[in-house]
Amino acid sequence: MAKVTHTQKACAVNPLKMSQPIGSALAFMGIKNCMPLFHGSQGCTSFGLVLFVRHFKEAIPLQTTAMSEVATVLGGLENVEQAIVTIANRQKPSIIGISSTGVTETKGDDVDGYLKLIREKHPELDHIALVYVSTPDFKDAFQDGWAKTVTRMIEQLVEPVPADAVRDPAKVNLLPGAHVTPGDLDELRDLIEAFGMEPVILPDLSGSLDGHVPDDFTPTTIGGIGLEEIAAMGLSRHTIAVGEQMRPAAEAMEKKTGVPYTLFDRLTGLEVNDEFITLLAGLSGRPVPNKIKRQRSQLVDAMLDGHFHFGGKRIAIGAEPDLLWTLSGWFRELGAEVAAAVTTTESPLLERIATAEVLIGDLEDLEKRAADCDLLVTHSHGRQAAERLAIPFYRIGIPMFDRLGAAHQTIVGYRGTRDLIFEIGNMFIASGHEPNPGTWSLPEETGHVGEKALAAH
Amino acid sequence: MSSVSSKIQDVFNEPGCGKNQGKSEKERKKGCTKQLQPGGAAGGCAFDGAKIALQPITDVAHLVHGPIACEGNSWDNRGSKSSGSNLWRTGFTTDINETDVVFGGEKRLYKSVKEIIEKYDPPAVFVYQTCVPAMIGDDIDAVCKAASKKFGKPVIPVNSPGFVGPKNLGNKLAGEAILDHVIGTEEPEYTTPYDINIIGEYNLSGELWQVKPLLDELGIRILCCISGDAKYHDVACSHRAKAAMMVCSKSMINIARKMEERYGIPFFEGSFYGIEDTSDALREISQFLIERGAPAELMERTEALIAREEARAWAGIEPYKQRLAGKKVLLITGGVKSWSVVAALQEAGLELVGTSVKKSTKEDKERIKELMGEDAHMIDDMSPREMYKMLKDAKADIMLSGGRSQFIALKAKMPWLDINQERHHAYMGYVGMVELVKEIDKALANPVWEQVRKRAPWEETTWEERADAAIAAEAAALAADPELAKAQRRSARICKCKAVDRGAIEDAILEHGLDSVEAVTERTHAGSGCTGCTGTIAGILDSIEDWRPGSVNEPAKQAA
Repeated sequence: MAKVTHTQKACAVNPLKMSQPIGSALAFMGIKNCMPLFHGSQGCTSFGLVLFVRHFKEAIPLQTTAMSEVATVLGGLENVEQAIVTIANRQKPSIIGISSTGVTETKGDDVDGYLKLIREKHPELDHIALVYVSTPDFKDAFQDGWAKTVTRMIEQLVEPVPADAVRDPAKVNLLPGAHVTPGDLDELRDLIEAFGMEPVILPDLSGSLDGHVPDDFTPTTIGGIGLEEIAAMGLSRHTIAVGEQMRPAAEAMEKKTGVPYTLFDRLTGLEVNDEFITLLAGLSGRPVPNKIKRQRSQLVDAMLDGHFHFGGKRIAIGAEPDLLWTLSGWFRELGAEVAAAVTTTESPLLERIATAEVLIGDLEDLEKRAADCDLLVTHSHGRQAAERLAIPFYRIGIPMFDRLGAAHQTIVGYRGTRDLIFEIGNMFIASGHEPNPGTWSLPEETGHVGEKALAAH
Repeated sequence: MSSVSSKIQDVFNEPGCGKNQGKSEKERKKGCTKQLQPGGAAGGCAFDGAKIALQPITDVAHLVHGPIACEGNSWDNRGSKSSGSNLWRTGFTTDINETDVVFGGEKRLYKSVKEIIEKYDPPAVFVYQTCVPAMIGDDIDAVCKAASKKFGKPVIPVNSPGFVGPKNLGNKLAGEAILDHVIGTEEPEYTTPYDINIIGEYNLSGELWQVKPLLDELGIRILCCISGDAKYHDVACSHRAKAAMMVCSKSMINIARKMEERYGIPFFEGSFYGIEDTSDALREISQFLIERGAPAELMERTEALIAREEARAWAGIEPYKQRLAGKKVLLITGGVKSWSVVAALQEAGLELVGTSVKKSTKEDKERIKELMGEDAHMIDDMSPREMYKMLKDAKADIMLSGGRSQFIALKAKMPWLDINQERHHAYMGYVGMVELVKEIDKALANPVWEQVRKRAPWEETTWEERADAAIAAEAAALAADPELAKAQRRSARICKCKAVDRGAIEDAILEHGLDSVEAVTERTHAGSGCTGCTGTIAGILDSIEDWRPGSVNEPAKQAA
């Protein structure tokens, strides 16, 4: 329905987009005892690290191969080797997740080749998994880096399954997209567990970056999914993927292990959750628990109460494709209109979005298109635009550095959808203008009708 | 790249930089380009440093030429404040793609400058070079020159791709860029005998405005602050100042020194952190201006202002002094702040149990010793576990640090206050000092600590108890096994640049009878890089009696 256009500008102003490698690093952060490593210059890591610290308000494990000018020109084999050895000695991780950057991709470093050489030279590192993903900064965006990394991990770390293997009927794989928050994961876990099943989440940020006080200091990731659990994912009965970006990962899983998958392009809204709950009931063979039934009923009530405030509102959204799809579909279901949509990268979803145009662009583009909108929805960087436009601003996505609890923002399931209605609905209510005696005053020259009446007498 | 490398050499030859002047000529050539350790490095790059240094020039467009990572991941992350234009907060980047990498990004850069000038009409555009375009050979100097000519506006190249070195080098390269292309290119409408420059001050949280009213009252005009709340025109005219104050010498010494050389503007280094330091700085500014022709009565007015403002500040702190007496502070910061904040906190009656000296120079360390006594607890670089142990052992009540180490304190359920660049409160001048004390008091007095430290009813032991037990067990193991203790002591990495352990230094001292830091450096190469460890080496030499094999002190020292 939407026409997908690319910005024609040479200069991006107020970027909406973030780079591919940091999406990749974030995916690695959902693995237990992992150290994500950027093959690039020090600043590549520093910017990503600061961004995540500001968003999650947690210590973030992220290392660098610290490519100097000379190393960049000569190639980074020694730096990759030294980084891996140093990390192995210092942090003793189970896995090192390596993402390339613009610098090393421009040079054309063959990291796969390097890893082979390093493996030969350092048998003492055999117990550490090394996963490499090619993620140049000058191509694609954040969610692409995440999706590629998950796919790569499945290809490399999930064990193939013999044809006669006995699958665990209680286990369900869950492959969340980059836009699924730790809070969302907690909600999905609760729902799956409510049917007596156990979700195996790859990657699992809910264990590592959900904001809790840990049991000990550890320089690597805390929590997350362990390597053994990843290896055994082929024995689960089903895979549930959340977000279109996860389709290649779910397909890779099916191809390697034969586990069938169901992809939900979003889990915010009533009908999509009905489908989700039905699937869980079908897989488990159990009736829907009363708790979930109650949640559904509450969502329905919230939609009834809330729709008054959403109806006819014009919304401007800037978000990565999967999040944009999720929000625009949900807004439309409540009677609002997506008047401006800007995103960061290609996706088959974009042309299906119910709006005139989806632009792959920046926040300047969004600001321009949001002039007559009632709400701006994007990450924290939209704050300046919202100020200038003088319209309410709902923060969602990464980075969210000027609000608390970014990791716990939950918009999936009946409950998450309900809360989202209340939160945004209340913003509309708060921004409504109280009438005053001058609100409906007539233009000066028309004069007061009463005066004319008096003069006539 | 030739212009970048010659600029880097230039920066390394900086006579105003004490660190570099302490090196031999050969070492100086190598400059600060110490090889960072892959897998063990942290911190920003040269581009980051350059952007930080110039970004507070508020009315120009800061255009980052590179892939999305360099600007997309980092923009709008600094708390500088502007009294006028907010254009500096707008993120501009060429966001180059694969095609640009293959065919070159110069055209896109030129077009970007054009778009910015058409849409935003800034007085100037600053163009930052990053790693990828530097590698593919984009000549930003040429593009900027062509664009300047075509659009009749200054387009300033800032050549500091990330991989040429660390953040600090980037600060200096940024300084070179404005020295070459901006400073001295315009003239102020008028000048007064009271015109000063402030250099190396970024107006974070609006701190400059805590000091500006003081100068205003004295009739002293900040002709330009480089670069906090600066406007392009101010920077361009800054060569007409009568004197300059250098606030953060490590980042922009080259600007202060070259402005002295080129325009005869004398400068001094001072700090606005702490009551006495602020007073000293004001006196020095007045002194410099009087020497350059301002009337001598300026000093009388300055003293009167100092007397009045100090009294006000002490009165402001007084109510807190009693509440804060005996409270202990662990300070984890670096550079000039490691002593300027020490002075400030002592003024408030707080007790310092330790201060970090990461990034501090020898002079900084001397200042700390002056302030805290010979046995000042100076911490070089710490792992999170060591930091936690320090908090426990020192029984500190609060930790003051930058955002990166905040979680050590917070997860240990310790009060913490941000005193680094991301902080939200301004702590400069007399009012800033009162503000800092107020914030410390607020953090310490919060009832939340008592609540969060309570264990859950079902919990058998807390993680703190387990961590304490582990630390105690470690200490006991070391006490029981002198060999292990010795091995651990000897394995401490003293010189990070040249990867020299304490054991190697000890062996060299004993074997060759070395008695000076220089001799140790010559023999082991320790201290020949950034020279940050020379103080530690001196300490090893001083304490030879404690660790010489057979020394009575040796086992006892290790148990401690």
